[in-house]
Formats: sequence, structure tokens, C-alpha cells
Amino acid sequence: MNRPMQRPASLLLMRSVWNTAAALLILAVLLFPVYWMLNTALQPESSIAGTEWFPVSPSLKNFDTAISTQGGSLLTSFVVALGAVVVCLALAAPAAYGLAQFGLRGGQGIVFATLITQMVPGIVIANALYSAYAQLDLVNSYLGLILADASLGLPFAVVLLRAFMVSIPSEVVEAAMVDGANRFTAFVRIVLPMSRNALITAGLFTFLFAWSDFMFALTLNTTDDVKPITLGIYQFVGAHVSDWGAVMATAVLSAVPAAILLVVAQKYIAAGITGGSVK
Amino acid sequence: MTTITSPAPASGAAEAKSAAGRAPLRRGLLRWLFVAPALAYMALFFGYPLVRNIVMSFQHYTPKTYFTGEAPFNGLDNWRAVFANELFTDALWHTALFTVGSLLGQFTIGLTLAVFFSRRFRLSGFVRAVLLLPWLVPMVVSAVVWRRILDQDHGMLNTALHAVGLVPQDGVPWLSSPGVALLSAVLVNIWIGIPFNMVILYGGLQEIPRELYEAASLDGSGPWRTFRSITLPMLRPVITVVLVLGFMSTVKILDLILALTSGGPADSTQTLGTVTYQLSFLQLDFGQGAVVGNVLILISAVFAVLYLRANRADFGKGK
Repeated sequence: MNRPMQRPASLLLMRSVWNTAAALLILAVLLFPVYWMLNTALQPESSIAGTEWFPVSPSLKNFDTAISTQGGSLLTSFVVALGAVVVCLALAAPAAYGLAQFGLRGGQGIVFATLITQMVPGIVIANALYSAYAQLDLVNSYLGLILADASLGLPFAVVLLRAFMVSIPSEVVEAAMVDGANRFTAFVRIVLPMSRNALITAGLFTFLFAWSDFMFALTLNTTDDVKPITLGIYQFVGAHVSDWGAVMATAVLSAVPAAILLVVAQKYIAAGITGGSVK
Repeated sequence: MTTITSPAPASGAAEAKSAAGRAPLRRGLLRWLFVAPALAYMALFFGYPLVRNIVMSFQHYTPKTYFTGEAPFNGLDNWRAVFANELFTDALWHTALFTVGSLLGQFTIGLTLAVFFSRRFRLSGFVRAVLLLPWLVPMVVSAVVWRRILDQDHGMLNTALHAVGLVPQDGVPWLSSPGVALLSAVLVNIWIGIPFNMVILYGGLQEIPRELYEAASLDGSGPWRTFRSITLPMLRPVITVVLVLGFMSTVKILDLILALTSGGPADSTQTLGTVTYQLSFLQLDFGQGAVVGNVLILISAVFAVLYLRANRADFGKGK
């Protein structure tokens, strides 16, 4: 206890500066690919003679190409991801509340099963879903993809929301019910507003899972009618492998939700990663 | 059952019991209505595929099946065909190498960074947050960016390595040589997995009581000794969870490999995930695809058991 306190303040300050410098170096190394994506996207001539280290004369020309060829896919991704969030939260919030507060018989088993579902390989689901979708006419449909993508976030959302709702005192809901609300209106008026932060976290992650989905987009669509951006960039790379500037501009655009999330919703992210997976 | 019987009067006659029991029964059903939609959805989107895959692995699927709806049962034919297929044995081996290599790299670097960021210094929180970006970006997008960086002729990595004299003029065939491509895929996947490992392990480190470190310091324990005798044992539950979750997401990988190498060159990066995709969706033999899928499930199930054992303590909590 004594030894660290005897260190002069200047030494501690030096340490802090060195640590910060080391942290920035780590950041530069690990985020280099992200820089390179942005750098390549800003250089319209990059495809011919390799890429310059810095975008000396930056241009948005690649972004024009990206938006004109992939704009529709970005919109599709947005619609599908938003739809998945709605489906996922509408199913997960009541279920999480039920599992957290009702002491249902077999509730423990359901939580257990929910954890297990997170381990089913997606390609196995796609394998079986495709034949079911073919019979139900859901291949190449927004609804089909939204429902499939919602499955990426649902177990996560149930586990995360339940962990939060366990801590809501049951007296709060009972008080509302004494005032004449039924259990469902009490849930909507009292529990949901109280769970706002947990709902935002679950929603953000479901959006991100659905936005990042490639496998369902690849397997449940046989035409270009419903083509999310992940599928778009995959096909784009195959067809236009010489126009790397435009490919990288598309990559930048498809990374935008992640970037926005990091800036705007930073406090929800760490909570989401640890909350949803460990508990 | 407890919710139904406990409010009923202990001494009541049969009629009184059923009258008193009806309201709680209805309440019990109403409560289940909260959980039922999510349960039904999970049964459809997780339960049904599991069962369907087992059935499909004993059926003969052809592209014709999708017009006629006929998929005759063919016993163990699919299983025999898959196990005799050299691609499957290769994929099994590649999956093992890919998974073990990725986990080792992600975990070691993730833990090192987590320990480093546990020190107090300016910008620590900011840098930790920004480091998450690679994990949040869609995997296909990361793979496409890396495909550009690792390009043999115009890729930035070979250009840089050549400039400092580490590689010859024609560079390393990162993605175009069967001997190197799997290693490249592992390196890219390590890069993708570092943030996840770092965040979870960092969270685990924060839970370790400070007093333990103070006591160790009083006893004159050096940094390495403290790490081995305090940090590692206290972190063990978190380490198990991080490794099992990492395993589950790595063993089934598909996006990364399809966008990086499409399984090539010469099938050197085919894994169980890509082989399932190839058999089902490119060769349209869903029966054989289901066999590989089932093998994947079997492998995952073993680790699911490990995960649940690691999580056992958490199940006691809550209501």
C-alpha cells in the first residue's frame, strides 16, 4: 500500500502519458483496415495504380457510383432491419416480462431453451427455412427476410430484457392494477417505459444483427427483388472487382450504422455485449 | 400447478375448490399469453429447422423436388455420400484449424488488451469504445476490405512489406495460394474477434476486488505472479464463457470465408459452414447439406453443454 503512494506525482503522470500513447498506437494498428476502406473510397483512381497512402485529392465520385448502384440495397437493408426490430421487440418484451415476473412453471426451462437457440448454426436454419419458405411463397419477400432476421435478435433480446425486468419491483405493477388497469395495460404503461434503456439496447443490437445479416439474405432470395446491402456488396465485388474505389465506398456506407451507434449510443453497446451474452 | 392450487382453501369441498380455482387458472393462462408468441416463434424458427434438418438428411432432394414436392427417403445414402466425400473430411480439418487458431489469437490479444486498458490513464474509455468498430461492422464488409488489403499484386500489405524489404517483389499470395489462404482467413477472423474478447474480459477484470491486488502487493508479489495467482483464477468463469461463445460463432462461420475466398483456392478454405451452403444452395442437394448441418449441430451441442455448465451459477438467480 505504501510503495505506490511514495512515487512522485511526475512519475505517475509520465506513466499515464505513455499508456495513452500506447493505447493510441493500438488503436491505429487495429483500425487500420477501417482507415484503408475510407482512404480507398476517397480515391477515384485507386483501382489502376494501387492506392495512395493518403487521399491527397479526395473526391466523392466513388460515393456517387455506390449510391447510384447500391442505394436501393441500402434502403432494403434499412426496411428489413427496422422490421426485424419491430417483430423482435414485440415478441421479446412481453416474454421477458413473463419470464422475469410471473414465476411461470417451466420458466427456467424456457430461459434455458432460449440460451440454447443462440447456438443453432444459422446455415442449419436457412437449410430448413428455404424449403418451408418455398412452400409458403415467402422466398424473395420482405416479410420472409424480416421474420428470419428477427430470429437473430430474439433470444438475445429475451435474455437481456429478462435480466433487466427481474429487478422491477412487482409492487409497481400491482399498484397500477389496483387502480383498475389490467395486466396488459399495466405492462404497456408501466413496465415498458421503465425498461426504456434495456429496450433501446436490445433494439439497437437487433437492428445491427439484421443489418449485418448475410446468410439469410443469400439463401432466402433467388432474385434481386429483396437485396440487402450485404448481398449487394458481395455481388458487387464479384462483378466489379476492378472498381475497388466504388466497392470501398459501398463498404463505408454499409458501415455507417455501426459508426453512428458508436458515437450516439456508446453507453448501450458495452451493456449489450456483456449483458446479452454472459447472463 | 402451484399457482392454481395454492390459493384454494385447504379445507374446502370439491365445489368450493373448483370455484376458487377457476379465477387463478384464468390468470395463469393470461400470464402464459405474454410468453406464448415468443415461444411459438422460437419453435418455428429454431425448433422446426432442427427437426427438419434431421429428417432432410435421410431424404433425396433434387432441384426437381421444388416442383414436384417429392423427396423420397433414401436411408443412409446422404450420410454415406458425405462421409465418403473428400471435401467433407478436408472441411472438418479446416474448421478445426480455423477455430482453434482464431480462438487462440482472439483470446490472447483480447486478454492482453483488457489487462492493458484496466490501467487508469487518459482516453482509456474513448479508445476502448472506438476499438469496438471492427466487431460492429457487417462481417461481409470487413471481409471485402481485407480482400483488397491482402490482394497479391495491388494489396496494401504486400506493398508495405515489400517497401521495408520483408517480402520479394511479387509479394505473398495471401489469398491466392492454397498453403496460405486458410492462415489469412484466420488472421482476419482474429482481427474481427478481438473487440468482443476484450470487452467481455475487461468486464470480468473490473469485477475482481481491488483488495486482492492490494494484499498481493503487500506480500511482495510481482506482476506476473499476481496475474497467475489472482487474475487468471478469478477470471476463470468469464474466460470459459468467452471461449465457448467464441467457439460457437467461429465453428459455423460462413460470411467471412465466402466474401474473402469463396472457399478457394483449390477448396483450401472450405469449412463445414461453406460446405453445407455449397451442397444445399449451389448443388441443390439439400439432403446432403442437411447431413453436414447435423454434424455442425452435433459439434455445437457438445460445446453448448460446456456453456451451460459454465452458466450454471446464473440459473439460480432471478425469479
